[in-house]
Amino acid sequence: MNPLYAARRRRDVLVRALCVAAAALGLLWLGLILWSLFANGLAGLGLDVFTKTTPPPGATDGGLANAIVGSLAMTILGVSIGAPLGMLAGAYLAEYGRYEKLSDVVRFINDILLSAPSIIVGLFIYIAVVQTTGGFSGYAGALALAVIVIPVVVRTTEDMLLLVPNQLREAASALGLPRSLVIRRIAFRAARAGVITGVLLATARVAGETAPLLFTALSNQFWSLDMGAAMANLPVTINNFVQSPYETWRQLAWTGALLITLAVLALNIVARVLGAERKLK
Amino acid sequence: MTDVLMQAPAMERPQASAAAPLAASAKIDVRNLDFFYGDARALKSIDLALEANRVTAFIGPSGCGKSTLLRVLNRMYDLYPGQRATGEVLLDGENILAPGVDVNLLRARVGMVFQKPTPFPMTIYENIAFGVRLYEKLPKAQMDARVEEALKGAALWGEVKDKLGASGLSLSGGQQQRLCIARTIAIRPEVILFDEPCSALDPISTAKIEELIDGLKARYTIAIVTHNMQQAARVSDKTAFMYLGELVEFDSTTKMFTSPAQQRTQDYITGRFG
Repeated sequence: MNPLYAARRRRDVLVRALCVAAAALGLLWLGLILWSLFANGLAGLGLDVFTKTTPPPGATDGGLANAIVGSLAMTILGVSIGAPLGMLAGAYLAEYGRYEKLSDVVRFINDILLSAPSIIVGLFIYIAVVQTTGGFSGYAGALALAVIVIPVVVRTTEDMLLLVPNQLREAASALGLPRSLVIRRIAFRAARAGVITGVLLATARVAGETAPLLFTALSNQFWSLDMGAAMANLPVTINNFVQSPYETWRQLAWTGALLITLAVLALNIVARVLGAERKLK
Repeated sequence: MTDVLMQAPAMERPQASAAAPLAASAKIDVRNLDFFYGDARALKSIDLALEANRVTAFIGPSGCGKSTLLRVLNRMYDLYPGQRATGEVLLDGENILAPGVDVNLLRARVGMVFQKPTPFPMTIYENIAFGVRLYEKLPKAQMDARVEEALKGAALWGEVKDKLGASGLSLSGGQQQRLCIARTIAIRPEVILFDEPCSALDPISTAKIEELIDGLKARYTIAIVTHNMQQAARVSDKTAFMYLGELVEFDSTTKMFTSPAQQRTQDYITGRFG
């Protein structure tokens, strides 16, 4: 065999091996995390988790019902506030303001917000909402989550709208459609799957966020549906319980972590399926 | 001579038959048109008239400005910053480049079919009804009739009448292009602009579209940009040859393809450059 070609082939094999090893290393940690979550969390997973509230110190039974409901309420409210705002801003960047200077500024700031540590967002809401309204509340928690949702949705919405070919916009305009309808009925329709995927991924992102809730929603060991008061939630409960000396609490922390992981996994799978549907078209 | 002029109004209604093409009236009159992409001048003092109920073809090498000219006629360039036109384009005597012209209403009168088929991401039925609803509120039965009429007009009805609820994207390329034509005629425009409508299609689909264009000229004024000179010769009554932003020659298609006045036209048509 040509020696030059043989050397190239050896190098190819080597580089390929390194790539596989790097991928395997990444997957290994993920595998270990999932394994420990299932090993430790599965034992505590029973009906009680969904029907009983978080137990007082020393109790031998209890569940996570209040934390699950609190997490759901704050996540849903946070996404309902953040996603529409993010979609509107994304539509501005990709459509109305595509050729404007302001878009570059907005995009730059959005990228900063996207990478801002979530505890900063928590602090911001603490000062802006908790201190001014006089107390921790589910609303404050939801607002903090919304602030995290916004930049993610802005980015995905803009990216997805930019993928819609200009020809489609021209074709719609050629029928005499006003700009607003071209965007609403044609561009968003074509980008729908991608935009929904972005919202789902943002939801998955905030479902497990602890820092923004620590000093906004705080936590609550009792059953409460009042979003105007401190509210229990899974991430903060896990944070509190895992550091405790009580076996029941530590078990619940593992189970809660498993629940969040499963929920995030489910959201990601749905997002993937939607994304795949988009590619088929 | 005076007698002929006095009779002119009666002659203005163009007959669909082979009546002398020169008697047709100007539907669109382009006067001293310049076009700029930023500072680059893409069209240079264009003067030309599109006759009603005729097919006018624009030919010329890539970058000669033929598509640009087409996109002035429905002000499609308005979508982009930095593009502007000066001069006059008269549609039935009214300058469409004048400030205050409602471009959406203009585009309803001057429809456009693009190079690549661009069905909207919705059902076949909705692709057509969607545009109609912008201008007319029709009861279901009338809308159904309108959709059928448009699809028949675009020679697509037979192929899709049993699957109007299917996605417009599920059709083949040639069918999609005919869907786009149906969508355009459904809102009853007066002029239809075709921007290389067959360049993404196979020969059979191309033949169907050409046949269609020939049939459409009875009701519409048609302009078509094409890279394919045989196509220009087949479908058009008049041909404009453009080169480097200038209108080199504009005459009846027969004349252009048999005895052009300009050497450059002859060179292009005979394939010596372009």
